[in-house]
Amino acid sequence: MSLTLLNVIVAVVIAIAFAAVNAAYLVWAERRGAARIQRRPGPNINGPFGLLQPPADGIKLMTKQLMIPGGADKILFMVAPVLAMVPAIMSFVTIPFSEGIVARNMDIGVLMIFAFASMGAMAILFAGWGSRNKYAVMASVRAVSQSVSYEIPMLITAITVIMVNGSMDLKAISLNQAGGFWHWNIFPSLQSPLMPISFIIFFICSLAETNRAPFDLGEAESELVAGFHTEYGSMGFGLFFMGEYANIVIGACLTTILFLGGWGCPFGLFPGVWWFLLKIYLLIATFIWIRWTFPRTTIYGLLNLSWKILIPISLFNLLLTAGLLKVF
Amino acid sequence: MSAPIQLRPDETFILNVGPQHPATHGVLRVKMQMDGEYIVKAETVLGYVHRMHEKMGENRTYAQYLPNLSRLDYLGALGYTHGHVLAIERAAGIEVPERAEYIRAITVELNRVASHLFWFGAFVMDLGGFSPLMYAIQDREHILDMLEAVTGARLTYCYYRFGGLYNDVDDDFIEAAKRFIPRMRKSLKKYDALVTGNIIFRKRLEGIAPVSAEMCRKYGATGPVARGSGINFDVRKNEPYSVYPEFDFDVPVYHECDSMARYKVRMDEMEQSLRIIEQGLEKLPDGPVMAEKKPKNIKLPVGDFYQAVETARGSFGIRIVSDGDKNAYRLKLRSPTYSNMHLFDEACEGMLIMDALAFMGSLDLVIPEMDR
Amino acid sequence: MILETTQQALQAIFAGPVPAADEGVAGGQRGNGVITPDYKTHGYHLDAQVSADQLLAAVNIVDEAGFFIESITGVDWIKENQLEVIYDFSRYDFDACRVVIRTRVPRDNPVVPTISTIYAGANWHERETHDFFGIKFAGHPHLVPLLLPEDADFHPLLKDFKA
Repeated sequence: MSLTLLNVIVAVVIAIAFAAVNAAYLVWAERRGAARIQRRPGPNINGPFGLLQPPADGIKLMTKQLMIPGGADKILFMVAPVLAMVPAIMSFVTIPFSEGIVARNMDIGVLMIFAFASMGAMAILFAGWGSRNKYAVMASVRAVSQSVSYEIPMLITAITVIMVNGSMDLKAISLNQAGGFWHWNIFPSLQSPLMPISFIIFFICSLAETNRAPFDLGEAESELVAGFHTEYGSMGFGLFFMGEYANIVIGACLTTILFLGGWGCPFGLFPGVWWFLLKIYLLIATFIWIRWTFPRTTIYGLLNLSWKILIPISLFNLLLTAGLLKVF
Repeated sequence: MSAPIQLRPDETFILNVGPQHPATHGVLRVKMQMDGEYIVKAETVLGYVHRMHEKMGENRTYAQYLPNLSRLDYLGALGYTHGHVLAIERAAGIEVPERAEYIRAITVELNRVASHLFWFGAFVMDLGGFSPLMYAIQDREHILDMLEAVTGARLTYCYYRFGGLYNDVDDDFIEAAKRFIPRMRKSLKKYDALVTGNIIFRKRLEGIAPVSAEMCRKYGATGPVARGSGINFDVRKNEPYSVYPEFDFDVPVYHECDSMARYKVRMDEMEQSLRIIEQGLEKLPDGPVMAEKKPKNIKLPVGDFYQAVETARGSFGIRIVSDGDKNAYRLKLRSPTYSNMHLFDEACEGMLIMDALAFMGSLDLVIPEMDR
Repeated sequence: MILETTQQALQAIFAGPVPAADEGVAGGQRGNGVITPDYKTHGYHLDAQVSADQLLAAVNIVDEAGFFIESITGVDWIKENQLEVIYDFSRYDFDACRVVIRTRVPRDNPVVPTISTIYAGANWHERETHDFFGIKFAGHPHLVPLLLPEDADFHPLLKDFKA
């Protein structure tokens, strides 16, 4: 009993550490990547290749005074950044990095991750409402309508994958795809010929869910100043920032597990955690690449894309897969 | 794309965009009455960087006033000083050597390209795309280096003198300009591929923020804003000055009246400016760059003088009312963005805020030039 | 072409005989009327001085002829104890024609009718002129300081203004 408890605590600590280190160094990677794309050096002063920039930023953010604007709702204002960070870290607990490396495998892992992901919208709403700032309120309303409209196609696509694999257990889904890239869910099979499209939909939705360009309407810095975190400084802002990057990692992990075969090797050799990490960082690099290439969509363009294109297609795909599962 | 909406003026709130706001590119404030994301009514509040340049024009001699002109528009300053020296030369009857006029045209056009490049980057940044700004700044850097070498300044040039130039250009400048043209053409192609064809970019601009030609006329909009509304108006063609009649160039005009049209006009204008620079370098005559007969202290005859030039932002006019003294009795600066921005209030009614701010970006505002 | 028609239309405002062209432009007293200054030195084609009550008629003429508004400004003729308001108009087509309409009002009661009902763009220009000279534009919808601070009660471009 006590050993299991210890196990859980160690696992949670590792999850937090993984999330935090990832968040910090993804900021560095993003800044360096953006600099590459924009033909400038990026942070390169602190340490070799600027690798000490994230700790320096962290210290700066933590030592700054936490300002609460006058008239703000103090409780909501303080709760929101924490609420942005905690679900992201919690989601790591159930992600299987390889067959042996998983903190707590659950039968309903997919469901749990989606449940926690939904809480991100709450954090943004709290932040916007609690800040007592018109820009923040407008941004948070945008972000929530965006989250709601993109969770639907995302879930429908996930259900398609779950139906094909017959499990909501992330580990089982991964194992189901083992033994070479032709087994991966991303490639069409008899039961689900539209899987590549599902993958694209899922990827677009995870971009939108993380509130990043071209879907960064919740921040929209050239329109709404800084969106929902306009009034946040110091570590409040830092937590939102880290939460965003942790969410990116979660999105990449989930995409890898659901579509790209988890920790499986493309050629069936040496499956393990290295393949998993390689895949998620490739996905994250794509996230960064997209962010620094595309301009921002409009709010109606964004909602139209979800309700008029993504949801019908994913629903059709769901029905098709359900029918074909019965046939084959 | 968006269905017509019923604005409810009784359920609105006031949103202050500015004076410190990333979309206004300076200290400009727009008081917007909002119905959710829709603008019911907007009122622009100016004057945050008002410096009373016109009063300075009355207190300083014409030559002392020269540096003021380049403080109006920090992105395309040469066009404004060009207007001033042309006005004085016209009134005082000073003949300018041909070489000087050619160099003026070349440098003004280089400055115009630099200004449009910066606008291009900032505009795409308004729409949420960051990287093009860096590319544009890099190209603009070449121009600034070239201009720095001949004028001694990077932004606030004071290069032109009454009757000519402060100094002649050297071979390095001509070489650099010749090298720059093909490089810039390549960059323009790249911008086209990276930005113009992008589906998100097009969706955000096409059909958005229409400004009719009649509206332009009532507000006196000029420059790319008018040309994006199908008005073929360019002071360089309509009221030729300097050596512009010697050059073969087109005035890009688009009839769509939307933000995309204004964008395309500026992108095409860069190519036309390159053509002018190319021809100018080819035809550049030898000779002095300063008029020989030029009074030391310029005094204008009694009267009222007007000179319009086409700057990067539109038609800039300078009116000098002289009482025969060495100072102007009254000096009026007609700044193009002032008129261009004025139509924003009317045009943005019923627009989404993000479209309105993209529209504001497409007007190419330089606030110190507007506030003077 | 447009020059002649506009000139004739503007001259029709005046009942009396047309003043001789090319008197000394500005910088001194000059009767109301239309003159055609030398474009090469002055930079505009047509110069009409009207009285304040003829202003709207004159502006209507240029509006109907398709001119656009360039700017509105003032000049303080302190020696004659008058304020002058100058309206600049120009054309978008290749028939270059710059028209200047000017009117003079007494310095102690400077009131001219607003033309923002004809040219919406006159709104800011008139506010600016009001800022700088204290000229009142009768009928202007929102005559509050534009470039000066909102509580400004001084008019810096008046010649007797002391900072």
